[in-house]
Amino acid sequence: MNKRKINNARRSPFAAILVIAAGLLVAGGGYAGATAAVAHSTSGSYTQEQVDLGKKLFLSNCASCHGKNAEGTNYGPSLIGVGAASVDFQVGTGRMPGQASGPQLMKKPVQFKQDQIDALAAYVSSLAPGPSVPDEKYLATNGNTTRGGELFRINCAMCHNAVGAGGALTEGKFAPNLKGVEAKHIYEAMVTGPQNMPVFNDANLTPTDKKDIISYLKYIEANPSAGGEELGGLGPVAEGLFLWLFVLGGIVGITIWLGAKSN
Amino acid sequence: MSSKGKSVAKKKASVEAEHEYEGGLAVIAPDAIKDPGLEPHRVRMTDKSPKHEKAAERQVVFLFLLSILGSAFALYAYFAYPLSETDLGSVRNNTLFLGLGITLGLMGIGIGAVHWAKTLMPDAEVSEARHQTRGSEETRARAIEIIELANQESGFTRRKLIRRTLYGALAFFPLPGIIIFGDLGPNPKNTLKHTMWEKGVRLTRDPYGTPIKASDVTIGSVFHVIPEGLSELEHHKLEEKAKAAVLLVRVDPKELNPSKGRENWAYDGIVAYSKICTHVGCPVALYEQHTHHLLCPCHQSTFDLANECAVVFGPASRPLPQLPITVDAEGYLVAQSDFTEPVGPSFWERSA
Repeated sequence: MNKRKINNARRSPFAAILVIAAGLLVAGGGYAGATAAVAHSTSGSYTQEQVDLGKKLFLSNCASCHGKNAEGTNYGPSLIGVGAASVDFQVGTGRMPGQASGPQLMKKPVQFKQDQIDALAAYVSSLAPGPSVPDEKYLATNGNTTRGGELFRINCAMCHNAVGAGGALTEGKFAPNLKGVEAKHIYEAMVTGPQNMPVFNDANLTPTDKKDIISYLKYIEANPSAGGEELGGLGPVAEGLFLWLFVLGGIVGITIWLGAKSN
Repeated sequence: MSSKGKSVAKKKASVEAEHEYEGGLAVIAPDAIKDPGLEPHRVRMTDKSPKHEKAAERQVVFLFLLSILGSAFALYAYFAYPLSETDLGSVRNNTLFLGLGITLGLMGIGIGAVHWAKTLMPDAEVSEARHQTRGSEETRARAIEIIELANQESGFTRRKLIRRTLYGALAFFPLPGIIIFGDLGPNPKNTLKHTMWEKGVRLTRDPYGTPIKASDVTIGSVFHVIPEGLSELEHHKLEEKAKAAVLLVRVDPKELNPSKGRENWAYDGIVAYSKICTHVGCPVALYEQHTHHLLCPCHQSTFDLANECAVVFGPASRPLPQLPITVDAEGYLVAQSDFTEPVGPSFWERSA
């Protein structure tokens, strides 16, 4: 009885229209959502004054390598479209302005004040849209640390080590230690992929995923290893060296003492 | 020792040497290193001065007292630093202090006992000469006698049929033992040559299994990929993951150099490579965005992603296998087929 009712409804001329409408809504809505996630990039809410100040700072500090219009030269890449997040990370961690060329640009004391960094970010993001500086709500460390740990081990730990202690890459490059890095900079690094780090855009790791990862890193930073001294958390090399030198050395010492005659 | 005694000893030694090696082919150096003999006896301080003896006695007593203290501390630590389910740090204190107490308890006894023996017990050196390995003539003759008697009584040489059937039985009894070695593991059959990937299987994110749109993968992005349906597997999930794990990367299509026949294995600069190192199977996922190098953390094999993951450094002997990919009607990335060669390290039955 009931079945027949449904069958009748299915044959109604409105049914086809309804199905098509529902399909369009789901597909279109989903696509809009997905593209919005990838192009998570706004020019931010910077003032024109900030842009002007940023341009001045850029011309006097950055243009020699990145070009007068940030179009890039042989000494530095184009900054068009890299976004405010990239500027905030590179200048905010002291990697930029670069000190010397080498396998990797090193972290060093920050050269600008935060408002100057903001002005530079304002200028660069005014050139073309790119990833913006993350919203404060994704930088809190109250995310799901278990989930963050799982995502970190899958996406980050191969280079940065399971506890974020960092590790070596090819030809003198390395993945830096993540201890003591500001939540904002960790987020920006994931979004922009500085130097040889790959990009983890919001379609791959959503802002919530990133928040969970940051929460995990901050959690292990605040909670030292339950197993005692970590020896830097660097794994078998450091721990093996300790065993070979000190533990085996101690055993050899005891053996010598056992066999020696008393004075 | 008088000179006469010396020469007698020398003569005796040379006679012995002649006796032992006569007729042999070995070349014996005539002036082998002389036996330095025993070191002169050195009198210990504890034997010379009663003051030192008293001190040594006190040291041993101190060590034994330390041991008592250590064991008592271990008992105390067990109750003073209880394990707590909510505080992981409690494990550290519990094991550290309990361990320190037990160590003191045992080391105190051990070191004390050795110190006692070394300083206070008699220190007379005793040397025990080695005896010859070869038995005396009488022992040898007696042994042969026993064997012959046994042979006579059992009739081992006389009763040929018994002897031969016994040989047969001894030859056959290990065979069942050998045949059951076959149960040590299932034959891997074809499982090393195939993975879960096949035509139309979607590429999904590790670990949540959500599908990936080509548009999600921006240039410089890296996705850690598992085949669709892996999470729903009830059996052998880890085995399948260990074979099918893939790294998805997008680079500027102009930077890729595909060889003939592999031009359409990538989708608009998106390439998928097996994450299992061809050396010994570690996960290769240390990707450098600008050099396009993929580094294996175990033995530093380096693969050039722009050149079909050719080995540019390290012990790996083959490039990482590439997974041919394309997009389906909904824009999701899917596999064109399984890998065209076995993934991971070499194995005996691997053809190439």
